[in-house]
Amino acid sequence: MLNLLWLQSGGCGGCTLSLLNAEQPHLYLRLEQAGIRLLWHPSLSVETGAAVVDLLSACTEGRERLDILCVEGSLLTGPRGTGRFHLLAGTGRPMTEWVRELAARAHQVLAIGTCAAFGGITAAGGNPAGATGLQYDGDVQGGLLGPGFRAGAGLPVINVAGCPTHPGWVLDTLLALALARFTAADLDSLNRPRLYADHLVHHGCPRNEFYEFKASAEKPSDQGCLMEHLGCKGTQAHADCNTRLWNGTGSCLRGGYACVSCTEPRFEEPGHPFAETPKIAGIPIGLPSDMPKAWFVALAALSKSATPKRVRENAVADHNRVTPAVRRTGLK
Amino acid sequence: MTQRIVGPFNRVEGDLEVSLDIADGRVGAARVSSPLFRGFEEILTGKAPTDALVIVPRICGICSTSQSSAAAMALRRLTAREPPPNGQLAICLITACENLADHLTHFYLFFMPDFARPIYQARPWFAQTQARFQAVSGAALNEVLPARTEFLHLMGLMAGKWPHTLSIQPGGTARPLGQAEVLHIISLLRAFRRFLERQTFGDALEGIAELASLEALQRWRAGRSGDLALFLDIAQDLGLERLGRATDRFISYGAYRTPDGDLFPSGVWDGVPHALDSQLISEDVSHAWLGGDTRAPAHGLTRPAPEKPGAYTWCKAPRYGGRVMETGALARQTVAGHPLVRELVTTAGGSVLARVLARLLELAIVVPAMERWAQALRPGEPWCHQDPLPAEGASVGLVEAARGALGHWLTVHQGRIAAYQIIAPTTWNFSPRDQAGTPGSLEQALVGAAVSDGEDTPVTVQHIVRSFDPCMVCTVH
Repeated sequence: MLNLLWLQSGGCGGCTLSLLNAEQPHLYLRLEQAGIRLLWHPSLSVETGAAVVDLLSACTEGRERLDILCVEGSLLTGPRGTGRFHLLAGTGRPMTEWVRELAARAHQVLAIGTCAAFGGITAAGGNPAGATGLQYDGDVQGGLLGPGFRAGAGLPVINVAGCPTHPGWVLDTLLALALARFTAADLDSLNRPRLYADHLVHHGCPRNEFYEFKASAEKPSDQGCLMEHLGCKGTQAHADCNTRLWNGTGSCLRGGYACVSCTEPRFEEPGHPFAETPKIAGIPIGLPSDMPKAWFVALAALSKSATPKRVRENAVADHNRVTPAVRRTGLK
Repeated sequence: MTQRIVGPFNRVEGDLEVSLDIADGRVGAARVSSPLFRGFEEILTGKAPTDALVIVPRICGICSTSQSSAAAMALRRLTAREPPPNGQLAICLITACENLADHLTHFYLFFMPDFARPIYQARPWFAQTQARFQAVSGAALNEVLPARTEFLHLMGLMAGKWPHTLSIQPGGTARPLGQAEVLHIISLLRAFRRFLERQTFGDALEGIAELASLEALQRWRAGRSGDLALFLDIAQDLGLERLGRATDRFISYGAYRTPDGDLFPSGVWDGVPHALDSQLISEDVSHAWLGGDTRAPAHGLTRPAPEKPGAYTWCKAPRYGGRVMETGALARQTVAGHPLVRELVTTAGGSVLARVLARLLELAIVVPAMERWAQALRPGEPWCHQDPLPAEGASVGLVEAARGALGHWLTVHQGRIAAYQIIAPTTWNFSPRDQAGTPGSLEQALVGAAVSDGEDTPVTVQHIVRSFDPCMVCTVH
């Protein structure tokens, strides 16, 4: 069995709540089947207080084997580099110190969620708490542990980014680690597991027909594409949200709102209101990944001129005003 | 007298430390510390007002849609128009789903595992409790986790995902539903009802919701099986109705606003009911690592002062007319006048039993309400109004999260957020002392708790703390 220790710092706990949404089978069975034992988890384990401090000390002193360290939430370095914005309860010591010591003992280190990976939402604005990721501060390598950090097994921190992260992203990564089929080649250039980060949120978006015809939503509850006006970054954001799906059948786009690219570094500071698409001369500045701008502009103009009435009208309605035609001659 | 520091305190949401003065085997005084600061109120300042809808859910992963809902309400009140009926009902369904999932998670994952501790192995209910509720391995979890997950499929249908949705908008919801989705929701609510009736209650939800007195509860319990009955056995054996009494003053902002009114009304109860007057709310920072003075939240400040003498937490001390208040399901049902809950608080005061029972009652009351709301959804009719937000204004969004009263105070100037102050439920419940030295609700509730020899993390203290279902990450936004 592999020992897994989970710690939380400057986050919201949402990645743990998301993890509990794992299904078929449920979280505990999936961990058991992967041969993973929860050494301690702040929301799920029975141990409290002194028993936890003993356990953490056993790990830092090498008396307890630490196969996998998962850290959820950003690491708070403030005020003035002291880490006092999060003193681990019952110890009077900054969480940043605990995490440094534990990471040095761990065979694998996972940053659970965008806060732990890159700093995330707590690093927004003026970053009042001095939030940083484990091995990245935004898109710059470094973070709490430094660019040269490697866990016992030789990998850098594995950034299971997402706000929250998807239970499947965490559990697939853990299973791959447990089966020894996860290597440096399974990480993308931001050290995210490629099993989900090699996709774009756009893939499988149910609004794709609207996207193709540039038939755009203009306000919340419209059915059209959210890219042109409402801030959607699904064609640039790395994740498989629309093929893996959330809570059964969901995704941000399916929920009626823009992808805010929560798996990406610095998503928290887009430089424009989240719900508006920044444009120059009427053209969104954030074009789909891998697409030359001139082509996009040309294709957009062409597809807008070819938009069927059904798509054009339904894009700005909250239900289908025009239903797909029923052909009496049969489908060809 | 000895002093003991208990932490890290787990199976609460976020990090928590409790400092206890113990004399003669009892807690003489308690200080509750939230040892984490993140600074969301500062982060929000200067942003576009609608950015709050992205940022505030991320204050808390377990009350995420309540945070969304409070922000959306504050923004909406700048325009003064209620969402269309579909939008109101959808917001009710989304927030109810979160609140009930939280109640379920609290009971099965956070609260009950403490009764499976070896300290109780001589009790007659121990073997059954251990088999069913032990943390991580208890048999109940094989049913609870799938039931919770499938119930949260409602979020996939109505909110895109949970936690952290953007479906809840000032004008309603961004997610219009068709007939197929409405039917899917009705069907998953029936599945959740079936789970609760078979596992949690051993009775129809309506039978639980209608229990109107302690005597009726006693009568009901005879010969029942199910998790509620087991909990009642434990509660009677351990005297949980006498454990964890706090101020017995309760505040609720009112919950689930539908076109037909609120399911649970707003109000204050201190032996008699009062109308809620949000102007009476203030926040004291005398014992927090924060600068400034006592202020109404509309004019509140969040200025870290980590070296401040005499301070012991990042949590402010909210007061209502200068007085300590308790909030949560117990407060909500006391204010709403649920007869069984009122009898509990008038006979023995707020307690571990009363808090946990009030949550379970809400599961039985709210699921049928959700079924009615789902039936009232009208595909094809509007889901979201579109009103431009004014560039200037001040407003407040007051909602009920699972853990109680949640308020967002917003000031907009020149189209940007000029000030944003949040008072979360656990800020009320886990507040430190105020400048008069009056301890907060949990600090009062812990006084008198029994501590056995050799217990470094007293189990009675754990029952009391967890009975509030604290959310520390909200507290120290």
